[in-house]
Amino acid sequence: MTTAQTDDFATVWSGSGSSRIPAPVYTDPAIYARELDRIFYGPHWNYVGLEIEVPEPGCFKRTSIGERSVIVIRNRAGQINVLENRCAHRAMQFCQEKSGKVKTLVCPYHQWNYNHDGNLLGVPFQRGVKGQGGMPDDFRLEDHALNRLNVAVRNGVIFGSFSHAVEPFEDYLGPAVLACFDRTFDGRALVLHGYSRQRIPGNWKLMMENIKDPYHPGLLHTWFVTFGLWRADNKSQLIMDDHGRHACMISKRSETIDPAVTEGVTSFRRNMTLNDTSLLDIVQEPWWNGPTVCMTTIFPNVILQQQVNSLSTRQIIPVGPGAFDFVWTHFGFAEDTPEMTARRIHQANLFGPGGLVSADDGEVIEFSQDGFEQDQAFSAQCELGGRDVADSDHMVTETLIRGMYRYWREVMAI
Amino acid sequence: MNMPGIEQIIALYASYAACLDEQRFNDWPDFFTSDCVYRVIPRENHDAGLPLATISLSGVGGLRDRVYGVTSTLFHAPYYQRHIISLPCVKGADGEALLVETNYLVLRTKRDQLSEVFNTGRYIDRIVMTDAGLKFAQKLCVFDSELIPNSLIYPI
Repeated sequence: MTTAQTDDFATVWSGSGSSRIPAPVYTDPAIYARELDRIFYGPHWNYVGLEIEVPEPGCFKRTSIGERSVIVIRNRAGQINVLENRCAHRAMQFCQEKSGKVKTLVCPYHQWNYNHDGNLLGVPFQRGVKGQGGMPDDFRLEDHALNRLNVAVRNGVIFGSFSHAVEPFEDYLGPAVLACFDRTFDGRALVLHGYSRQRIPGNWKLMMENIKDPYHPGLLHTWFVTFGLWRADNKSQLIMDDHGRHACMISKRSETIDPAVTEGVTSFRRNMTLNDTSLLDIVQEPWWNGPTVCMTTIFPNVILQQQVNSLSTRQIIPVGPGAFDFVWTHFGFAEDTPEMTARRIHQANLFGPGGLVSADDGEVIEFSQDGFEQDQAFSAQCELGGRDVADSDHMVTETLIRGMYRYWREVMAI
Repeated sequence: MNMPGIEQIIALYASYAACLDEQRFNDWPDFFTSDCVYRVIPRENHDAGLPLATISLSGVGGLRDRVYGVTSTLFHAPYYQRHIISLPCVKGADGEALLVETNYLVLRTKRDQLSEVFNTGRYIDRIVMTDAGLKFAQKLCVFDSELIPNSLIYPI
């Protein structure tokens, strides 16, 4: 398979609007390189983890923003830093463990030694050995710190940005999306339940599209449509920030079924019953304030999931135009009873790379990517509910995807 | 209880692998006790004591639900599995149960594709003798693989 690389960004997307998406948007290496530069390394906030993953001073986790490796570390004052995992000397990605606890960060190659803020503490033989060699007289430790990113922490969730000009995180989300963020993350102490990691052979935006697409869950996902967890007759709300880059899909599980939304839907199984009914032992929680599901996409790299009692963050780490790593971090609250913790973990069977709902999302993304790669002249159709971008009080629309691509075209100048 | 011999334990694993590799998924729950635990767990969670599993099933009913889900509800590319299971290491006994660990390697072959290493790790099992022969009271599939290649559909 060969993929052409554009040398003329102006001709990639000839039409106006954002309802027909050309195949190269998903496949072209030059477009992908511009995405890394303008989106992942540009003035955007990228999710990097939860504060509970680095509970004490010196605790760190390694992750990535775009394709750049970063270290999330808590300093002695308890503040969170996000440092680029690249020694200032010879570019070594010196941190190879995924998590741990350290007094200082040491690059093993030449033992350059950094503190938790990324400041260089010392280098061996700076003044030479027996009067010979050493660094030049104008060498200053402070000129050789680790690249320290801009950091935003809100109610236990950590974001980083390579841009120091990016707007404050709260403004970045905008009030409507921020309200959904705060609904789950209201400052309560969180508890880490664990990770699932998968590599999905598709363009990273296809996962953002998947969680901005309320059309498919009640069609593709038998478990959603049969048990009413996501279905077109559910009362629902789709909201965006002013740019259309972030979105929330909010809905309430139906107790009754409108035959209009299951007729002819082959994934609906009227007589399906479970041997282990505890999988759907759903307990309403006060903080939901009604909706049983809220899926939030924060551009460019994270999805926040509340689907009944199951909670996770889903981080996107692109690896080339045709694949991304998808990291699920499941969590609960410190105030949860043991029964609620067990329930959250049990409901996680629906999600993740082996999930009875989510496994086929990865599969359809793979096959979409295959389709885009076989013909660069193709354009995806995204016109359910019209061609415009607007909030919606129903789910029979692809408006959120159009919103993302309207913003994408602005940022990418494509 | 008469403790089973190593030949019986080896035969159990051989039958288990054959059942999965021949895609006789409806027979798979028969390898387990009625109140079994079956979990597929990333090694990083297991080592850190984190409770999340990629798949976590309780009781034979949970296994039957998973089989229904896999065979009747999930959309996925079809693939063959080939289990290579090491000789069992009997670690000890706990009451009526034998504690057995084995390494496993699962190869995946999708239609029109080359074969690939899909998932590798170790089984941490509790095996009990029942009237119907040896059964797994617990099977933990703790996998080293840092990334699942897209999705994990069939039982391991």
